[in-house]
Order: sequence, then C-alpha cells, then structure tokens
Amino acid sequence: MKNDRILLAHGVGGRQTRQLIENILLKYFRDPLLKKLPDSASLNLSRDSKDICFTTDSYIVKPIFFPGGDIGKLSICGTINDLAVSGARPLFISCSFIIEEGFGMAEFERIVKSMADTAERNSVRIVTGDTKVVDSRSGDGIFITTSGIGLKRQSVHMDFSRIRPGDAIIISGVPGMHELAIINARENLNFRSNLKSDCASVYGLVSKILDASKRVRFMRDPTRGGVAAVLNEIVSNLKYGIKIYEEKIPVTDMVSSFCEILGFDILNLASEGRVVVVADRYDCEKVLEVMRQHPSGKKSSVIGYVTDEFSGKVVMRTRFGGERFVEMPAGRQLPRIC
Amino acid sequence: MCLAVPMKVIRINKNIAEVDLAGVRRNVDISLVGKIKPGDYVIVHVGFAIQKLKKTDAETTLKLFAEMKNAT
Amino acid sequence: MPHNRGHKNNNLADILIWEIHRLSKTIKKQIRLMEVCGTHTMAISRSGLRKILPDNICLISGPGCPVCVSPNSYLDRAIAISNLEKTRIFTFGDMFRVPSSFSSLEKQRSIGAKIDTVYSPLDAFEFARTHPDETIVFLGVGFETTAPSVASVIKYAAVENVRNFLVLSGHRLIPPAMQTLVLDRNHSIDGFICPGHVSVVIGAEPYKIFPEKYGIPCVITGFEVCDILEAIVHLLEMVSGRKKPAVYIQYSRCVSRNGNPSARKIMFDVFEPVDAEWRGLDMIAQSGLRIKNKYSDFDAENIPVSVIKPVEKKGCLCGMVLKGMALPFDCKFFGRTCTPEHPVGPCMVSSEGTCAAYYAYEKR
Repeated sequence: MKNDRILLAHGVGGRQTRQLIENILLKYFRDPLLKKLPDSASLNLSRDSKDICFTTDSYIVKPIFFPGGDIGKLSICGTINDLAVSGARPLFISCSFIIEEGFGMAEFERIVKSMADTAERNSVRIVTGDTKVVDSRSGDGIFITTSGIGLKRQSVHMDFSRIRPGDAIIISGVPGMHELAIINARENLNFRSNLKSDCASVYGLVSKILDASKRVRFMRDPTRGGVAAVLNEIVSNLKYGIKIYEEKIPVTDMVSSFCEILGFDILNLASEGRVVVVADRYDCEKVLEVMRQHPSGKKSSVIGYVTDEFSGKVVMRTRFGGERFVEMPAGRQLPRIC
Repeated sequence: MCLAVPMKVIRINKNIAEVDLAGVRRNVDISLVGKIKPGDYVIVHVGFAIQKLKKTDAETTLKLFAEMKNAT
Repeated sequence: MPHNRGHKNNNLADILIWEIHRLSKTIKKQIRLMEVCGTHTMAISRSGLRKILPDNICLISGPGCPVCVSPNSYLDRAIAISNLEKTRIFTFGDMFRVPSSFSSLEKQRSIGAKIDTVYSPLDAFEFARTHPDETIVFLGVGFETTAPSVASVIKYAAVENVRNFLVLSGHRLIPPAMQTLVLDRNHSIDGFICPGHVSVVIGAEPYKIFPEKYGIPCVITGFEVCDILEAIVHLLEMVSGRKKPAVYIQYSRCVSRNGNPSARKIMFDVFEPVDAEWRGLDMIAQSGLRIKNKYSDFDAENIPVSVIKPVEKKGCLCGMVLKGMALPFDCKFFGRTCTPEHPVGPCMVSSEGTCAAYYAYEKR
C-alpha cells in the first residue's frame, strides 16, 4: 500500500476503480447517501422537496473530437444519463473547465457550442460554471466536470434491493461503440472505419420505459467497464446471480470485427448512449416494445435474467451451449497480439 | 497465441495494402506474402499480411456464411 | 467472421460434439489433449467448451502465450532501459501488466517512464523515424507468427538507416518447447492441438517428430469453436488407433504444409536461434531468437544498463501449469494472492494465460 500508486487502470471503471472507491473514498466519505454508490444521489432538502437527484462527473477523452461526438457533448450527455437512469428528469447543469495553456480558442468555442446544443436539445439548462487554466503540460488539453440536478418522477422506485430472481435484463442497443470509436480515432492504432460513438442522451428512451412500466427495478448506463461492470455491480449487491445469453447480445459486423482484430471482449467496452434495464419479467415484453419503438433503442434485446442459481456471479451461456463467468473487467483494454 | 484475422485487400501501393474487415480498414505491410491483388484475402497479424488465402476458399466461405445467416 | 467457412455454425458444432462423445466412449481412459496457443486457450474458455466435452477428455494448456513465458530478466532489462533519458519503449498491450522482479511496465509508466502500447511494430518504427531525437526501443515478443514482422521492421531500419530504432528480442520458438514437454517423463500428453497462426509461418514439417518419434498425434487447428471441435475429432481418431498418428492440418484455409517460406527467410536473415529461458520451463536449447551481429546496431541488448538480479516468487505453480502437470486450481496463490490485477505468475498476466482464462471464464 505504502508504495502503491494510482495507475491508469484505477480510472477505467473495473475492479481497480472499485477498490480505489472502497479502500480510500468510502473510508473517509461515510454519508449514507453515498454508500450505495448510486449514479445520482436522491436528496432530502426539506419535507416537500425529497425528490431531487444530484450527480457529478468528470470528462477526459482523447481525442477531444471523435466520430459521433466530442468532449462537450459527452459531458452533457453523461450527466443527463446519470440523472435519467436514476429516474429523474434532468433540469440544471453546472460545468467547470480545466484548460491547458495554449489550447486552441476555436476548439474551445466548438466544444462550448456543442455543450449548448446538446443541453438545448435535451431541455436542460446550463446555469453555473467555472474556468481554470493550468500550465502547459500540466493538463491534457481540456478536462470538463459537469454536475446536474434533476427532479425525480413520481412513483419511481428503482433500487438494487427491489431486484428479484426472474427479472429480465434488457440492453438498449449494441454495446461498446463509444470505446471502439475512441480507440479507432486514436492515431497510434491507425485503423480507419466509419464507426461512430453511441454518445447520446438516454433520457427520452428512459422516460418511455418508465411510462410503460411501474415495475422497472433498476437502470444504469454501461459506461466505463461496459456491460460486464454493470452486471457485476448489480450482483455484488445481491444474493442472486445473473445469467445472460451470448446470442442475445446485439452486435454489428463492424463491432465484432473490431473486437476480433484487437482481441477485445464486447462486454467490457464502454458505451455513452445505452442503458441496461432490469425489469419485472411480466413487464418485460411491454418494456422491450417501447424500447424498440424509440429511435435510440431499435436494437434493444433481452439478454438474460436474474437467477438464484449462483449468488454474486454473472454467467454467460455461449452460442455453443457452454457456460462461463463474466468477470468485472480488470485494467484497460489494450490491443493484443495474442 | 497470435491473434490474426483474414482481411480483404482493397488497394495496393508498393509493399503496403489497404485491407478491410466489415468496414474496419488499415494499411498493412504485404512484403511477407507473394504476389497479391485487390480482392484477395490475407491473414493479418500486428500490421503485416502473413499469408494469402485462396480466393475460391474465401468466396465459398462468404457464401456459406450468408446461408448460415439466413438459416438462423 | 465472413471468411471462416461457417466455422461458427451451431449445427456443425452439434454434429462434432456428438461425434466426440461417440469416439470418446471407444477409448477407455483419460485423454489429455494439449493446446500450445493462448488464442486457443481463450477460445476454449470464452466458449465454455470444457463443459460440453465428455468427462474423459481433458483439455490442457501448454506454454502458448509468448508474454507468459518471458522471464523476469527480460522485463527487468526493458524497465532498466525505460529509465534512460530520451528513451521510449513501445510494446504490445499484452506485455504492459506483466510483473518484472520488482515492478511492471504499467507501474513504471505511472512514475514517468515513457512506455506506450502499439498494435504494430511498424507504428513504433514510424515514431522513431519522425522523432530522431529519441531512442525508440520496441519489445519484440511473440512466436514464429510475430517474429517475421519484427524482422522486417529491423530490415527497414537498416535500409533507411534509422539508428534510433532498436528491438529487445524476447522471441521464442514453439517446436523446441513442445519437445521439452514430451521429454519430461511425467508428461501425460495424448495429442497436440497445434497453433494455427504459428503454423501459417512454419507449416507442418516441424511437428512431424511428435507422431513419428513419440507417437503423439498433432492437429494444426483454427480458432473458431468448430475448428477446435473438428481438431478434437481428428485427434480422437488417432488416439483410439483407428488412424495412424500424424500431423493433420485442420486449419487448411490458412495453413499449407510448407508454411510461408518467405516469412521464414526474413526471420532467419535477421534472427538466429539461441538457448533461451522460459518462465516456468527454465532454459530450452535453441528456443529463442537473438538479433544477428550484422544487425547489432538495432539490438537493444547492446544498450548499456545495469540490470538487477532477477527474483522469481517461490511456490508459483506456473511451471507445472505450463507443462500440463497441474491445473490453476492446484496453486496456492490462484485467486487469492494471484489475481488479474496482482498477478504473481505469468499465466495470470495475459488475459490469454491459462490462469487468467480459468479465473475469468471457468466455472469451478
């Protein structure tokens, strides 16, 4: 511990991130609201305002402009999504910039415009912010932190504790496209494709889901660590397990080609515009139907269900009838030779 | 060991070929394989083509794959 | 993948699985089949194949991952080099988390060493060409599949006289390692699932000694589940005595008997075989590749650095696991002090290493 250092692996949402949070952050930050590590905290400001959700997130991305988006759009969508999957309507956003000395003014303007456009399209208001500039070489272009406040829908009760065996696991589309697009856009890999990040707000889709069913148990957007991290996080809070089916996971030829070439597991790759839904099995068809009708959920699929068969584990039944564990991803996804 | 995938040759410039797999493209070095032309398939490993596939083989493969897709 | 001849087809898989069960009943003993390829290890684990095979067929994983078998001394040297001024290391991603005696490339990077991952050695070479003020050291690891590519880049560096590009060769050759395994009297290998992409380069010839001298059948195998199942069928036919042990090429869509002679020519123009240490298997005669003297300007072995004496952790069973004489579960470190984030032995390091594959995918 004494000689340990923060590695890049601590920031990728897998097992190391979890350890960093549990071993250091939760050791000192002991608020009961924080304990469950929700996407956003439900605040109890006064007796009649207990339906406020609050969230924050920092955005670092290389390259800053990528196919399908940019750091600005990402920073607004990400915060909208954290509120949306908590069952809240996103209302107000704050933004804070850390900019490296020498950063292009035109690029900065492009990012800010992209944030404004994204906010407007999603009817959220950017109401406060901050700007700091650091010496050249003590930043990496630009970092953005956004915080958001939203109002929780009436009669929405989503929580790990409501999940039961038999509940369906639904995903809203092909996972991993954001991370692949980012990797693809990084020059040192030298791949070309028209693969685009899935970066988008999921609020519209989530509202349709919540309109359709009162028995949605839990939702999360599979960002860092991908679907594998979300599913493992769910079971780590439960005495149940999850079983998923490989052939039910939506993919495209391009996405599976990319994974094949670089040796990646699609379940470990980040999305920025997808949602994983856990819903009561009796509402599953209904939920799936509204998801598929929505433009951002056309490829929605029920990929598995909650089971009491293996506690705390995610198991995947493969195309060939074999079974294997899906583990919490460890470390960054790196291109491999073997 | 050794991740390697078959990719289709799109165009060739001296010992570099642009290759494609379902829309994922890259320039690869083709100096380790014999004479190839656009439309051929090569196995790609760490940015090098390491073997040429017989065209008939690759095409039968594509056809079988299409049939398989229709069947499921 | 469109070009893999329907080798992901489920119906075909069902037929092959049925055939494997039928054949296995005619053999009244445990049959131990070894793959010597990390990509096979991974394909077998990812598909959950072991669960659908008959009980008397045991798939064991040999020394199939070039990263797994790189000894501490190799990484210690790489790390010593990374501490030099104006020096940058490029490596395949697999190598990034491999533990050295006291650190890893990942940890060194966190304290400021310039270490980057690349997909291709060509990308490292391109960086060297455009950054003449930096010394670029590429970590050349991998078996016969990878060595010709790295050899080509060294030749480019020589032709273009790019003197700031060097390679630290940790390349290894597969057939000498397989030979070492069968020479161990305690081995229990009934058949080899031979590595498809190594064989693309070396062809079938180097495996002939196994059926001819030791009676062990070999099947050069592709990487789709149906490829592996088909290979098992062929192996069972030979193990049961219905067919004579031989080297069979199942992966014929990519592998020819003669392999790729021009790739071998470039490889042996730049490299020469040398006795080499394998993690877990000690020294194996003529199993490594060193850069020939005529290319010594590009050999990172010649960079003067002082390297610490390598330290190996005691009690790690990786050596036995690599020989197919123990399962990861048999190791006292496995899953306890040895996990993918804190790997003790090489087999946990690469996600294709036997222990990592077991940790991630096998239901106990």
